[in-house]
Amino acid sequence: MALSSKIREFHEKREKLLLGGGEQTVEKQKAMGKRTARERISALLDEGSFTEYDLFVKHVAHDFDMGDKSLPGDGVITGTGTIDGSPVAVFAQDFTVAGGSLGLMHSRKITKIMDHALKMRMPLIGINDSGGARIQEGVNSLAGYGEIFFRNTLSSGVIPQISVILGPCAGGAVYSPALTDFVFVVDNISKMFITGPEVIKTVLGEEISMEDLGGARVHSEISGNAHFFAGSEEECFAQIKKLIGFIPRNNTEKAGVLTSAEPLTAHEIDGIVPDDPTLPYDVRDVIKAVADNSDFFEVMENFAGSIVIGFGRIEGRTAGFVANQPLEMAGVLDVDSSDKAARFIRFCDAFNIPVITFVDIPGYLPGADQEHAGLIRHGAKILYSYSEATVPKITVILRKAYGGGYIAMGSRHLRADFVFAWPAAEIAVMGPEGAANIIFRKEIMSSADPEETRRQKIEEYRKKFANPYVAASRGYIDAVIEPSETRKFIAHSLKVSENKEIQLPPKKHGLPPF
Amino acid sequence: MKKTSQEGKLNIDGTVYRTRLSRKFIKRAPFSPSDPFLLTSIIPGTILDIMVKPGQTVVKGEALMILEAMKMQNVLKSPAGGTVRMIAVKKGDRVGKGSPLLRIG
Repeated sequence: MALSSKIREFHEKREKLLLGGGEQTVEKQKAMGKRTARERISALLDEGSFTEYDLFVKHVAHDFDMGDKSLPGDGVITGTGTIDGSPVAVFAQDFTVAGGSLGLMHSRKITKIMDHALKMRMPLIGINDSGGARIQEGVNSLAGYGEIFFRNTLSSGVIPQISVILGPCAGGAVYSPALTDFVFVVDNISKMFITGPEVIKTVLGEEISMEDLGGARVHSEISGNAHFFAGSEEECFAQIKKLIGFIPRNNTEKAGVLTSAEPLTAHEIDGIVPDDPTLPYDVRDVIKAVADNSDFFEVMENFAGSIVIGFGRIEGRTAGFVANQPLEMAGVLDVDSSDKAARFIRFCDAFNIPVITFVDIPGYLPGADQEHAGLIRHGAKILYSYSEATVPKITVILRKAYGGGYIAMGSRHLRADFVFAWPAAEIAVMGPEGAANIIFRKEIMSSADPEETRRQKIEEYRKKFANPYVAASRGYIDAVIEPSETRKFIAHSLKVSENKEIQLPPKKHGLPPF
Repeated sequence: MKKTSQEGKLNIDGTVYRTRLSRKFIKRAPFSPSDPFLLTSIIPGTILDIMVKPGQTVVKGEALMILEAMKMQNVLKSPAGGTVRMIAVKKGDRVGKGSPLLRIG
């Protein structure tokens, strides 16, 4: 009898806590088009796999009449579960409890699950939906954030860390997502900023809406803080599951291997790239024509479009693709595209994912704005990332590889393992027009018909240097291949480099230009 | 998500490429060299005080006005020596970032 009454009491306590902030606040949450924290966790994890910890944690604030207040779970739900059978650690801030505000115990729950994730070497997924620091808890709240940021940093490169922004994430709180590997946002729901519209209006007199300041589109398209954009929470969870499927659980493992599947569009590969190097095409079509099932999972799809990054599989094994995109900004490297690619390459390297690079680059973007924005130091990041990466690196030059762009895009000189070029590849110090204008300047200027001479000289240069054979003659590329052979060559390269092992010189850490 | 870029052409090292141009590229501000005789607002704020009058001779580094921004009173100093030719603001005016304030001739 005594036992059953204890169990009944336990059930009552638990039922109460599971309601979170209660009916009214839950209704409010729904009215904003948002799911509750618990609904989010169930939507994300395998059915029935979620195991919760610290449900009975209570806040420790006494000031400002906080002592009497009950905050179920202290505004955050933490636990472990599985996604497609693979273990993950999860926390989800509960906006229905004190606006998901972060107090000391709230942060302790998060850091506990982060510690589990790190020591048990499983991915961490954090669902952010919080009004920010719990002001009543003062510096304890700041301490909480600091402890989280510190763990994000320790875990970086050891376990994949994913941040999902499903509500406000403002002030210092943004720095946890910023330190993680992938940030997911949902249209009209995610809001991220350091200082909000109110502060901006007060101190700067500028009026801006939350959406225009730090909405999902802003971070996907302008700031580059977000990696995946979704129209709904449902779509967002599907994206997270897909990502988890592509990546390993930690830095000592390789991603899971699936059964090889031929690309659906393999037969189209010969017709994708126009011969004329000034004409655009969508490089994603090339990736799809070589990837298993033509499945390409693009990262940062709407930011810095002149470079394309994302995951795919070759004969069942995950690969990270990096490709210049002639469709957008002619495929140049600029401040944003360099940063985008560099970070992605480092993720792949940290988690044992081979990097496959498709090159079609005219060079770097000219402009005072680019130079002043630090194109030199941002551009250097891409050199650093390729050079530093010890995973298998396979590069295919599809068409143009001019000048500094040739060097930067996974060239032999940055220790690519295999470099292939299509027959129409132009590997040269610059495009024929620019090169002819410099090299034959005198002849062109002194000619009776300068335009005709220029045309002839451009043609002369094109014939002599705008091809893959000069580079091949020095061994800078390993083979000239037909477009239709690309998948075969990549698959073979991955097979032979599977046990690749090289050591970087011993050091505490390198100093990439950031 | 709808694409905000538009069709265009881009010249890289003398070759003209047909491509889509990003919104960032289209909206980029053209470079303009700074005018060494023009005092501009470094930050949005309010003009608290103006210490000089048109026609007055000033030396480089002389305090010209006080701009309150983010609760700080910033003393704006003369970018050059010369005569105050024009004062574009009056006490109490709110100014945006980069607004012209005063010209030295």
